Amino acid sequence: MAMKHIRFAAVVALASVALVGCSTASGGGPSQAAACAPSKGKVTLNMTTWVPGMDKVVALWNAKNPNIQVKVQTGPNGNSGTYQNFFNELKAGNAPDIGQIEYDTLPAFRVQGGLQDIGACAGVQAAKSEFSTGLWNQVTFGEKSAVYAIPQDSGPMALYYRKDLFQKAGLSVPTTWDEYAADAVKIKALGGSITNFPKGDVNWFAGLVSQAGGQWFSTSGGKWTVNLTSPESTKVAAYWQDLISKKLVSTIPGFTDQWNNAYDKGQDWTWVSAVWGANSISSGAPTTSGKWAVAPMPQWTAGANVSGAWGGSSSVVFKGSKHPAEAAKFILWLNTSSEALTKLNEVAQLYPASTAGDQLPALSQPVPFYDNQPIYVTFGDAGKVISPFTWGPTMTQTYSDVSDGFGAALSGSGTLQDALAAGQAKTIAALKAQSIPVNG
Amino acid sequence: MSAAALTGRGRGPREGIISRGAAMLIMGVFTLYFLIPVWWLLISSTKTLGNFNRTFSLWFTPTSLSDFAANIGSLFTYGGGLFPRWMLNSIVYATVAGGLGTILAAMCGYALSKYGFRGREAIFNTILGGVLVPATALALPLFLIFSQVGLTNTFWAVFLPSLVSPFGVYLSRIYAASSVPDEIIEAARIDGSGEIRTFFTVAIRLMSPALVTIFLFQFVSIWNNFFLPLIMLRDQSLFPVTLGLYNWNSQVNTYPDLRTLVLVGAFVSIIPLLVAFLSLQRFWRNGLGAGGLK
Repeated sequence: MAMKHIRFAAVVALASVALVGCSTASGGGPSQAAACAPSKGKVTLNMTTWVPGMDKVVALWNAKNPNIQVKVQTGPNGNSGTYQNFFNELKAGNAPDIGQIEYDTLPAFRVQGGLQDIGACAGVQAAKSEFSTGLWNQVTFGEKSAVYAIPQDSGPMALYYRKDLFQKAGLSVPTTWDEYAADAVKIKALGGSITNFPKGDVNWFAGLVSQAGGQWFSTSGGKWTVNLTSPESTKVAAYWQDLISKKLVSTIPGFTDQWNNAYDKGQDWTWVSAVWGANSISSGAPTTSGKWAVAPMPQWTAGANVSGAWGGSSSVVFKGSKHPAEAAKFILWLNTSSEALTKLNEVAQLYPASTAGDQLPALSQPVPFYDNQPIYVTFGDAGKVISPFTWGPTMTQTYSDVSDGFGAALSGSGTLQDALAAGQAKTIAALKAQSIPVNG
Repeated sequence: MSAAALTGRGRGPREGIISRGAAMLIMGVFTLYFLIPVWWLLISSTKTLGNFNRTFSLWFTPTSLSDFAANIGSLFTYGGGLFPRWMLNSIVYATVAGGLGTILAAMCGYALSKYGFRGREAIFNTILGGVLVPATALALPLFLIFSQVGLTNTFWAVFLPSLVSPFGVYLSRIYAASSVPDEIIEAARIDGSGEIRTFFTVAIRLMSPALVTIFLFQFVSIWNNFFLPLIMLRDQSLFPVTLGLYNWNSQVNTYPDLRTLVLVGAFVSIIPLLVAFLSLQRFWRNGLGAGGLK
């Protein structure tokens, strides 16, 4: 325990040293170049990612940059093993130069001191204008001059709904959560459910909380505050608890065959989900082709325009990389050049995080499954109004504890609010157990 | 009644119809329990993603045959033929490492059984202790050690640890003690055969039923070993099939098309295991039986 404490203190100390170093250098002295100096000669960078087809994107880069060759390695998606591998490799000192990390896990790597600050590398600060403020905040943790990752894809949320069923029932698309709840009653009377509440998708719920303006975590002076029970968070929980208590929503675990089936059979009518959910519907519910449409998320106050985000990854440079300047140059190209973003969208349907990505021709095309609606335009608009959200350093634990509570609430013991309160207490305990300074 | 049935071994009074029926019923239930998932896998691999969600999970659809062919086709071509590569890797890891590991275990067990030397029991007990340590617990320490010598993410990272089988050593020792008579070794020595030659020409043949058993155990445990490759390997072209399928399966949320490939892949990947079991089963039964009778 004492060891861990000392190690964390060292990390904090290092971070603040780095912070000082950067702020003095930001005037533009020679020390800035020294902090991220390019290597001489030919370099080879290793990158670990789970995006399928990444090798094809990297091939474009390798053909044009004979002196910075990138080798792609792969693994299962982050929480299924790749994050643990990263931590092992950081410990063993053989982490790849570049890795893929989802936004909600960045703080865990930051706290462990695994991320290289690339804020001083050429072009990185300028890239700020390519991303929405909320996203940029995810990769800087609000630290001045520091940048720990470049956003890759993002998951702006909107409302997928069965246009045909809504029309047949004479319902208009809900624009506020109140209307949504009222529609839920009418849909129930017709034998359907307006949507599904999955106990396992806590990060989805976090997206809803962020839309309501809530925050689960914040830091100041190196100390964390956990706020799963903030008024906004409680409001969202109470809203869904009400729908659950009245049995207006189905409660099937997400992304299962049963869940696909509920959408395929027209049992569930809407899904508030991220841009990548478009694929989940089109392949999970193939018989409903042409019957779906996408609208902005319902709002808490009529006339407002706020969205949340679910998922999305960033590219990081790991501590210990011998070529941070080249690695930063590559991940800037990968995540901001239209050449790379086009290819990423083509091979892996990645929805680009950068605002330049909105301009991709592929993203203004009508989508046949959604009755030829250009749905990515709607998501592009949603992406501009995502409210910022701060993730905690122990999200895996928070997710699993809140999910346990959600599961209990769905089976009738306790409420979603209870689940958040329990998650709050357990998260604080988990932070303390890792000797991470925390209030409360 | 039950005591008579146990000691009688067929020659005693016959079992009652009820107890026989109960035994058959229990076995029947277990057979179903083990076979239904395999059946489900077979059926599922003959369906398109749409039919997979819509149709009854335990029976074919009218287009099953053509869908199965199409699924197999996309499985073998996806990602530039990743799947056949993974199968090949698994077969190489399991047969080569399993085979070499079996010979090592046999030599070790034979030596522990036939040569008296100081510390023999201590060594044997240490190895026996190794049986109790799950391979999963060793994966992380192995990763850190392999990192120091720069062997992670190589063929050797999975191959070398797969050579070791404490259980194989244990079984070899027991079996060598009971089935390789000291007199034969003496006779070989008198005839002028060296120790190594004696082992490879005489002992190994007498031990062969046990070796088949050890090989099968090794083969299955290497084939199913998933955690070690997960921790060690990053390069897709080195993956065994278990890790490759897990990789795909971890992404079905975002890339739902992979679900069909995972199902078909899982079905295809059990075929080599079936072949190994069915073809070696005869030897295996002999091995277990012979050890028990002695």
